[in-house]
Amino acid sequence: MNNITYFKDQFEQLQEANPNDTIADLRQNGFDAFTKDGVPTYRDEDWKYTNVSSLFDKEYLIAENSTITLADVNTIRLPGYKQANELVFVNGRFIANLSTIRSGTTDLVVLPLEEAAKGEYKEIVAAHLNQSSNYLNDGIHALNTSFINGGVFVHVLKGKEPEHPVYCYHILDARQNPALAQPRSLVLADENSRLQITESYTTLGASDSFNNQVMEVVVKENAYVEYYKIQNDTANASQVSSTHIRQIGRSYVHTVTITLNGGIVRNNMNLVLDAAGNETHLYGLYLLKGKSHADNHTLIDNLKPNCFSNQLYKGIADDTSTAVFNGRIMVQPDAQKTNAYQSNKNILLSENATINTKPQLEIFADDVKCSHGCTIGQLDEEAMFYLRARGIPKESAEVLLLQAFAADIVDQIKPEPLRSYVSKLIYEHLAIQ
Amino acid sequence: MLSVKNIHANIDGREILKGINLDIKPGEVHAIMGPNGSGKSTLASVLAGREEYEVTEGAVSFLGKDLLELSTEDRAREGLFLAFQYPVEIPGVSTTNFIKAAVNEKRKYLGQEPLDAVAFLKMMKEKMALVEIDQRLLSRSINEGFSGGEKKRNEVFQMAMLEPKLAIMDETDSGLDIDALRIVANGINKLRSPDRAILLITHYQRLLDYIQPDYVHVLYNGRIVKSGTKELALELEEKGYDFITDEVDLAANQ
Repeated sequence: MNNITYFKDQFEQLQEANPNDTIADLRQNGFDAFTKDGVPTYRDEDWKYTNVSSLFDKEYLIAENSTITLADVNTIRLPGYKQANELVFVNGRFIANLSTIRSGTTDLVVLPLEEAAKGEYKEIVAAHLNQSSNYLNDGIHALNTSFINGGVFVHVLKGKEPEHPVYCYHILDARQNPALAQPRSLVLADENSRLQITESYTTLGASDSFNNQVMEVVVKENAYVEYYKIQNDTANASQVSSTHIRQIGRSYVHTVTITLNGGIVRNNMNLVLDAAGNETHLYGLYLLKGKSHADNHTLIDNLKPNCFSNQLYKGIADDTSTAVFNGRIMVQPDAQKTNAYQSNKNILLSENATINTKPQLEIFADDVKCSHGCTIGQLDEEAMFYLRARGIPKESAEVLLLQAFAADIVDQIKPEPLRSYVSKLIYEHLAIQ
Repeated sequence: MLSVKNIHANIDGREILKGINLDIKPGEVHAIMGPNGSGKSTLASVLAGREEYEVTEGAVSFLGKDLLELSTEDRAREGLFLAFQYPVEIPGVSTTNFIKAAVNEKRKYLGQEPLDAVAFLKMMKEKMALVEIDQRLLSRSINEGFSGGEKKRNEVFQMAMLEPKLAIMDETDSGLDIDALRIVANGINKLRSPDRAILLITHYQRLLDYIQPDYVHVLYNGRIVKSGTKELALELEEKGYDFITDEVDLAANQ
């Protein structure tokens, strides 16, 4: 792996340039771990089906400056943006002057992570930043931690329900060189608050991009969080996207992950249910064509009693694509009366596509209700014949049935502008043969 | 309109149809009756283009075209309609959108402009009244959670919307109570016209009390063994299929 020297070099420069940074120690620990563990290979059970080491064969550039302008941002805004707080990340760094914060600071605070780590949020950042490493303890995660720089801290204040949702646009500038981005964010939904957050990803240019992202979300008592991830990037855009959500007070979380286009995509969706009575809903949809590879790893760690979680992930694999679903549910000894449900449904459209699905339940309490199920099938031939017998051509009939298959996940996107947008993306994605 | 000549068809290597001949002219209503397993539904499937069935011999011409050369969807767009014995439930696809797609696919095939939303709604309203179907059903997913009667009514509604030249009704009466049967039959009767032919496939005579056929054919063991007028159906009702099948079996054994 010829990047190691480059990373080391870049890491040292970063540390030297920020001698008073309170995050420096965290970065050092991260880099030590990365040096020790390296990039995971298929020999690691968690990475058995997803070969990220191949992503490190390229000469990435961790770009200092980018020439991305507001005009570029204008081309990638999501519907509903006029009402949204828009956070723009270029090559992994939060760029304040391209971003638009519409909510007032009494509702929502958005700060560069390094700044938050020093000032009044010092203790909060110290308490919550990098809690994810307790769960994501591999070299990829450590690499992100080594390069925490230009991250963002988002805080919805106690009792506030900002009317403007948060949109995060991740732009990777691969117009000159392969681009590596390692965005890091810490989000805090305080007591009795409400937050809706959406992330999207765009690679500009024809070179490869690799987005190694970590977002940590802390959800406190009686907060309500909706999280949407929309992955529809180019075929040369790969990512490891880790979302680590800790519900530390009795709260409600609803997440939807949509994966349409991309190179190698790995999503880690972790929910740590660290308060009694938490409720969590996880939905995912992957519609893969070409050589796309999407790997959804979910983890629900039930630490306290009376939590409820429901997961439904659905996917389609066509051409030579590969889909992976690994759904892990842990029920710890204290987590009595846990209700945890999981379902993964797949349609295999091509003889050369692959689907790997694995439910993984680890239960250490004796009074729980857990269920899991997974299916892999083909399109319903009777339904196909019915549609064709009404004059609908085979290709359109297929699109109709696949849209129908996707519909119950799309319906889980609650804001209407995003739901219609995703619905349209899916139609276009499926209709191109 | 439809000319079936000496059709033989297999499924999984087993011969089900063993030489069917049938001629249907515009405006005619034909009924095909027969005991279970005689090949009635196979005939409907072969005509509609179900791919599991292999036609090994014979020819079918429909409005001057070689029907067997056409794909399922092209047969539909040429004006052939199959009302399913077991209409399929398709969750997630709204009935209205589906019918709109079907109507406009046919129009496209015939070189006509697609119907706009207003014209489509107007047409829907007219045909809904014709077959007595509730709007609420049409806003739901295709047949999802419909009762047996509602599914069959939906089939007749689709027939009304697609205005076929030839409608094949595969056991449209099965699973219906007497009230549902009357409504469905009324719908079909209203769709009778001088340029539209109807092929009723049924096990029981009772459907023919409501829809009077011009011709009745008895299918047995893959062949049409007897043809006649509607009186033949009454005779079958009275004497059962045995009076014909015994005769046929006897002849075969001699």
